[in-house]
Amino acid sequence: MGKRDYSPFGADAKRAVESGLTAAEWYHTEVPRKVMKDLMARSDSPAIRDTIVLYGLMLAFAAGGIATWGSLWTVPFWLAYGVLYGSASDSRWHECSHGTAFRTPWMNNAVYQISSFMIMRNPATWRWSHARHHSETYLVGRDPEIAVMRPTEVAKLILNFFGILDVLKFFPTLVRNALTGPTPEEKTFVPESEWPKVQRAARIHLAIYLATAAFVVATGSILPLMVIGLPRIYGAWHHVMTGLLQHGGLADNVIDHRLNSRTVLMNPISRFIYWNMNYHVEHHMFPMVPYHALPRLHQAIKDDLPAPNLSIAAGFAEMWPALRRQMRYEDFFVKRDLPPTAKPYREDFHQDVPGIMPANAAE
Amino acid sequence: MPWIDACATDDIDQEDLIRFDHAGATYAIYHGVDGQFYATAGTCTHEHVHLCDGLVMDFMIECPKHNGQFDYRTGEAMRAPVCVNLKTFPVRVDGSRVMIEVS
Ligand code: FES
Repeated sequence: MGKRDYSPFGADAKRAVESGLTAAEWYHTEVPRKVMKDLMARSDSPAIRDTIVLYGLMLAFAAGGIATWGSLWTVPFWLAYGVLYGSASDSRWHECSHGTAFRTPWMNNAVYQISSFMIMRNPATWRWSHARHHSETYLVGRDPEIAVMRPTEVAKLILNFFGILDVLKFFPTLVRNALTGPTPEEKTFVPESEWPKVQRAARIHLAIYLATAAFVVATGSILPLMVIGLPRIYGAWHHVMTGLLQHGGLADNVIDHRLNSRTVLMNPISRFIYWNMNYHVEHHMFPMVPYHALPRLHQAIKDDLPAPNLSIAAGFAEMWPALRRQMRYEDFFVKRDLPPTAKPYREDFHQDVPGIMPANAAE
Repeated sequence: MPWIDACATDDIDQEDLIRFDHAGATYAIYHGVDGQFYATAGTCTHEHVHLCDGLVMDFMIECPKHNGQFDYRTGEAMRAPVCVNLKTFPVRVDGSRVMIEVS
């Protein structure tokens, strides 16, 4: 395949549509309806508990950081606050955009709006980009949420551990959205009826940032920015670390989430921050299943999936060499073995993907 | 408009749905929380995805692909990413059979 074109107006996007890839049906593990209904069942209580813990901890850490401001004791408070603000907001944004975290719709919406603000995403735009990410996961030119493009640009990856590129991209887009609505690129996946919502959300977010900046000027201290805005930079590392593992180094242009997504078993703190999105193959295959039921879904379908990576370190040990190889050879990817109990990968679905066919299979 | 015999009343658990295909068209038949039966078009108006794998909650059907929601009594699109309403069809129960009127 060679050089990839990630533009939604480019050759790869066109090819994905023309070849029928965008309309193809994705592979699903078979799960009896009764079991699936049980897994899909919604409940408010796990997410209410987790939200109270999350926002309670954020308040406590911010209060500690403010109280100790000016001394070295302030550092651990802000490190902890930053991860909750700049990383846990990513998973809350994600789950609530699916509407599965809570059973009650207004609770999903409230947490979705708050976490969209913290993670610096326009709530009206990103709802749609994420729908596309699910329909066309890692189809080049079509999926607007491809985190690691090929060839790998290591400098970009490192900068984004501190949210630098995201933030640099966010503010010009925010101003543009606030003034004129969605950009031409955003218009490719946001329906026209939603364009006014994009503009309204951008204006609200912009007003909050301007008020925070005014507070900084008035007080002569960056403390207000430590609470609002900057944690998206100094606390982003955890969501980038876990986010890269979702699809990094795996196949693109396939229609089987077992080939392009990764499940990684993690420690309980990371799972709280990440809201169980470490069960990523399971989530993509069955987005109806709420985060709190993903461990049960994993148990139900694991015999049909590649073995999960056993830790974050093990995930990186698999992904990092693949990303390095993709710097020179874009078509390289990791093709994980399936257990003997699994339905095999459909080679015939993926004839155009170099390395899927056994004759020249990827390592 | 012809009435079509779609299924038996006990083919669908309460608060669930099944897929019913007829004459090249696909439908979703629901057994509502109120004990009544309802019918809509079988695929989501966002993308061509069968609703039968979705989740029925109260009077909502949630699409299995992107979690868009419709009120299956009226077909009204209730939650993004669905914006276009779902077509609904009249339903009557004849004894133990669920009949839908297709247009
Ligand atoms: S296909 Fe139904 S919500 Fe997208």
